[in-house]
Amino acid sequence: MKRRTMLAFAGLLVLALALGACSTTGGEEVEVTRIVEVTVEVPTEGETTTETVIEQVQAPGYGEVLANVQDRGRLICAGRTDLLGFGYLGDDGRNLGIDIDLCRAVAAAVLGDPEAVEIVPITAAERGPTIQSGEVDLLTRNVTWTTSRDAQWGNFTVVTFYDGQGFMVPSDLGVTELEQLDGATVCVTSGTTTELNLATAFRQLGMDLETVVFEDTASVYNAYEEGRCDATTSDKSQLLAVREGFADPSAHDILAVTISKEPLTPVVPHGDDQWLDLVKTVLWGLINAEWLGVTQANVGDMVSSDNLNVLKMLGVEGEFGQAELGLSPTFMQDVLAAVGNYGEVYDRYLGPDGIAFTLPRGPNAHWTDGGLIYAPPMK
Amino acid sequence: MGTPMIEKRLAPPRRPGAVEWLRKNLFNTWYNAILTVVTVVVLYFVGRAALEWVFVNADWRPIFRAPLLYLVGSYPRTEIWRVVVSLWLVSFLFGLSWGVWHGLFRSFALALAVVLSFGVFLPPPETSPELLFRLSWLVNPLLIFIGFFLADRLKLTGRTVLIGWLISFVLTPLLLRGFKGSSLLPSVETSLWGGLLVTLVLAVGGLLLAFPVGILLALGRRSSLSVVHYSSVIVIEAVRGVPLITILFMTSIIVALFLPPELRIDRLVRAMFGMMIFAAAYLAENVRGGLQAIPLGQVDAAHSIGLSGFQTTFLIELPQALRAVIPSMVGQFISLFKDTTLAVIVGITELLAIGRAVIQSDPEFIQLQAEVFVFIAAVFFVLSSVMSYSSRRLEDRLGVGER
Amino acid sequence: MTLKKGSRRLFGFSGDVPLWRDERALRAVAQLISAVLLIGAVVWLVANFIQAAEQRGLPLSYDFLSQESGFPLGESVIEYNPSRPFLYAFLVGLLNTLKVSILGIIFATILGTLIGLARMSSNWLLSRLSLAYIEFFRNTPLLVLLFIWYFAVFNRFPRVRDSLALPGPIYLNLRGLFVPWPKYTTEGLLFLVAILLGIVTATAAWIWLRRVRERTGRQTFFWPVSIFLLLFFPALAWISQGGQTITWDIPILEGFNFQGGTTLTPEFTALLVGLVTYTAAFIAEVVRSGIQAVDRGQTEAARAIGLSSTQVLSLVVIPQAMRVMIPPMISQFLNLTKNSSLALAIGYPDVFAVGRVMINQAGRAVPVFSMVMLTYLAISLFVSFILNLYNKRIQYET
Repeated sequence: MKRRTMLAFAGLLVLALALGACSTTGGEEVEVTRIVEVTVEVPTEGETTTETVIEQVQAPGYGEVLANVQDRGRLICAGRTDLLGFGYLGDDGRNLGIDIDLCRAVAAAVLGDPEAVEIVPITAAERGPTIQSGEVDLLTRNVTWTTSRDAQWGNFTVVTFYDGQGFMVPSDLGVTELEQLDGATVCVTSGTTTELNLATAFRQLGMDLETVVFEDTASVYNAYEEGRCDATTSDKSQLLAVREGFADPSAHDILAVTISKEPLTPVVPHGDDQWLDLVKTVLWGLINAEWLGVTQANVGDMVSSDNLNVLKMLGVEGEFGQAELGLSPTFMQDVLAAVGNYGEVYDRYLGPDGIAFTLPRGPNAHWTDGGLIYAPPMK
Repeated sequence: MGTPMIEKRLAPPRRPGAVEWLRKNLFNTWYNAILTVVTVVVLYFVGRAALEWVFVNADWRPIFRAPLLYLVGSYPRTEIWRVVVSLWLVSFLFGLSWGVWHGLFRSFALALAVVLSFGVFLPPPETSPELLFRLSWLVNPLLIFIGFFLADRLKLTGRTVLIGWLISFVLTPLLLRGFKGSSLLPSVETSLWGGLLVTLVLAVGGLLLAFPVGILLALGRRSSLSVVHYSSVIVIEAVRGVPLITILFMTSIIVALFLPPELRIDRLVRAMFGMMIFAAAYLAENVRGGLQAIPLGQVDAAHSIGLSGFQTTFLIELPQALRAVIPSMVGQFISLFKDTTLAVIVGITELLAIGRAVIQSDPEFIQLQAEVFVFIAAVFFVLSSVMSYSSRRLEDRLGVGER
Repeated sequence: MTLKKGSRRLFGFSGDVPLWRDERALRAVAQLISAVLLIGAVVWLVANFIQAAEQRGLPLSYDFLSQESGFPLGESVIEYNPSRPFLYAFLVGLLNTLKVSILGIIFATILGTLIGLARMSSNWLLSRLSLAYIEFFRNTPLLVLLFIWYFAVFNRFPRVRDSLALPGPIYLNLRGLFVPWPKYTTEGLLFLVAILLGIVTATAAWIWLRRVRERTGRQTFFWPVSIFLLLFFPALAWISQGGQTITWDIPILEGFNFQGGTTLTPEFTALLVGLVTYTAAFIAEVVRSGIQAVDRGQTEAARAIGLSSTQVLSLVVIPQAMRVMIPPMISQFLNLTKNSSLALAIGYPDVFAVGRVMINQAGRAVPVFSMVMLTYLAISLFVSFILNLYNKRIQYET
């Protein structure tokens, strides 16, 4: 009896597998879920303008994130709560920092309310999986833009902070150059480009390296401060932020050397072009606002400015694509009233009167001042 | 010549005096004597150093600055009344349980009364009136005793109290979580919950949800249908063969990769699922052991009076099996309770995570890591000891192992 | 189709009971239905899984394993540098896990047995102390203990400049314990081989000669013979190499760290100490219950024939206790191995920690994760299998 059951079972197994195999074909087809009709006004010589309707085929996933955010009524950003200046908690438990403000800007644009955000704190190692799964709408957590991450994690939007990787050593070690760290022990956070760059830099220079690697950033700096390692490495902005939190900040030096480019960029999930364009537009809006001189304080007055570019950006006259992005025409007014322009966001935390610490704009200055912060025209 | 001889009898055994006891227990052989002396010396030095550290040298500021953080994390202080009310509910139910099943819950209920009344010493948050907050902790032991007397007076049955517990398990999360848009119970995201609250949610929620799954797995393993049998075996052995941290990692991160973004499951719930899966596998083995311990005569008798397979299992076998494994179930809860600390690695702010966050919050606290971790260890130790002491009393009361 | 009563046709069903009520038929149908449902569910899940993976651009292939890893690892048993492929890094993690697990099991068993025996001691102080030890470690979470060991104890050791120097020369500081280690030379190797040979022959001689003495009653001097063999081969090597034995690599402070010798990092030591002290408490309980499971009559009878207390323990009680102790002991060993995954929290690169790094740097969550899970499963099943074989050997025939 048992053997016959087994035979029958095996037969059914084969049958089920065959059925299953048949049902998974067809994954190659791209489902067309949305056909957007784009009306283009073609001005011609003469009185009448003809409207030509162009059908634009959008990939599935277009508009999903925006719809989810609007249904939910709040924007979910993955960030951090432990880095001064970029993502940290104020005394009253409020989320503060540049990355947090960028998240609030997007919330202001989409929902009209900069407080309609939920900040999900994650570790460095969780950044990739969190944005890949799409469980958050935006990842603003000091993410360095690299080609492999762009391919794997999600769509990178606009570089909001140009940084570089540096080293911090105790002052009494007397080290000023990277080459003097041959054979040193370095503490580093796991799952970051920092870790890879460190190994590459030392290999390049033919130096020996001992590492102590931790998952969470706090342990890394704890271990460094206690002397477990000779040096620690990270983005220079992070080193500065962390140094402020040490018992004796003046006992630590940040070396002048920069061993890599670290363009810090907010990330959105793959698969939704509209959301990508939306977030990019909001960020460009912040940058352009600085160029145009629109601030958090004067945005109310600027509505009646005579600068046509200002009027267009604030949605008073003309449009620059708000409709296709699903945004209200005046969304920039909400954004600027909420967080101010790029320069104001930067200065709030890292400016001369910043509440975190002071870091000169350097490469983060506007391109008209010699920096790298540049945005396409909003029209 | 005429007087009868009084029989020589041995003197009645004396109760051992102190010296006698010392001689018997500590110095009975020469090597025992040496061991005793050496141990006493070592104990003296170690004990003195430890006590000195605890009371003189250690800086307990990280604990005393914000003790409420360790209890509820970032739960909005204006809504803290909800946590207090939940505690009242739990205390009342413990009181009722004590009243209905006297011996089983007595030690635990009393211990709970003592532990909760220590809450009087907690500094209240700024948003709450001080006296009210402190008094609310004292309401707990009161409710325990009220529950005890009520159960007695009203002659409540076990079933009623069980239903009460079930209702509370549904009510408490709703009360704590709140509802979107409500003004009485505004929504409090689980990302704000922290500390001991999260630890208890994970442990209690995990074990409760694990019950049905674990029992199903145990029954599946016993099934004569080979497919069901082998798949149960595979699931149980696979889950038991990997560390809990990998299961938490899987439910928190990997599963999220494959769910559509609309189906965003709360992180706390994901971690709880991880604990549930883990607990279910071990529970399944416990229940299987319990089922195996049932005398075969029970099943035969059930069949002979005409009960079907299902009825036999659910009416005869399972109740006996569960009764036999209740003590090990408590042991399971204790180890699940300790294992909630692993959730810190997947980003859940439970008690250990709060400890680490507190260390980060002030540059001076980096030297005080020992104090914080020792405090957390002490909290776990006290709570687990209380629970395992109660479970030992439970075992005695149930007469397990004495058949 | 009707079946004549009593005929045996159609898969052995006779006509006595109608087909729809025959329990064997029902069983078979239930099997088939459950098989179909289960297989169908599994196939559907897997198909959805693969489709979702493709849609999100999460590749499910293992070809990344041959790519260069690029990340450094804190410590490794075999030589490792970031230009090695991912698979090699994974192997390093696995070896680290095995290293800490095996050493942990050995030390935990020794410590646990001692504490278990102390628990049964007639000395009241010792017995209560071991009870306190057991209760403490059973009620405290391992992760908290690891944090205490690593952050509060090992990180408090003196800095490199102020290392504690012990005879050896052995240096103890914040960065670890630095001990001299034999250098790899031909003389050293030969000497080591000679020592090993001495140990092996001595043990073999000891066992064989002792058995001969038991059987024949003749004096075979097995102690002197084995000690002689133990010393003979190394002495031979020493003489033939002209006094050269093992050259030691001594740790010397150069620049930032000690170079030379071998290092026991604080990460490894904290993990080992934490695991050993924690698991020893559970093993002590297993030992205690094993010894208590042996019938009192055995002890009394052994005493009655004049065996001393130590002999009673070693010849009568413990061999019988082993039968009861082995299965729970196996599960404690496995628990230790699985608990070693907490190494992630204190910076020791075990297989889970390396897996996490790989997930991040290679971007392949599911393949790496499946590798990690399978590794732990394989270790669990292998250890269970081996120890169950030993268990079967010593169990009573039933």
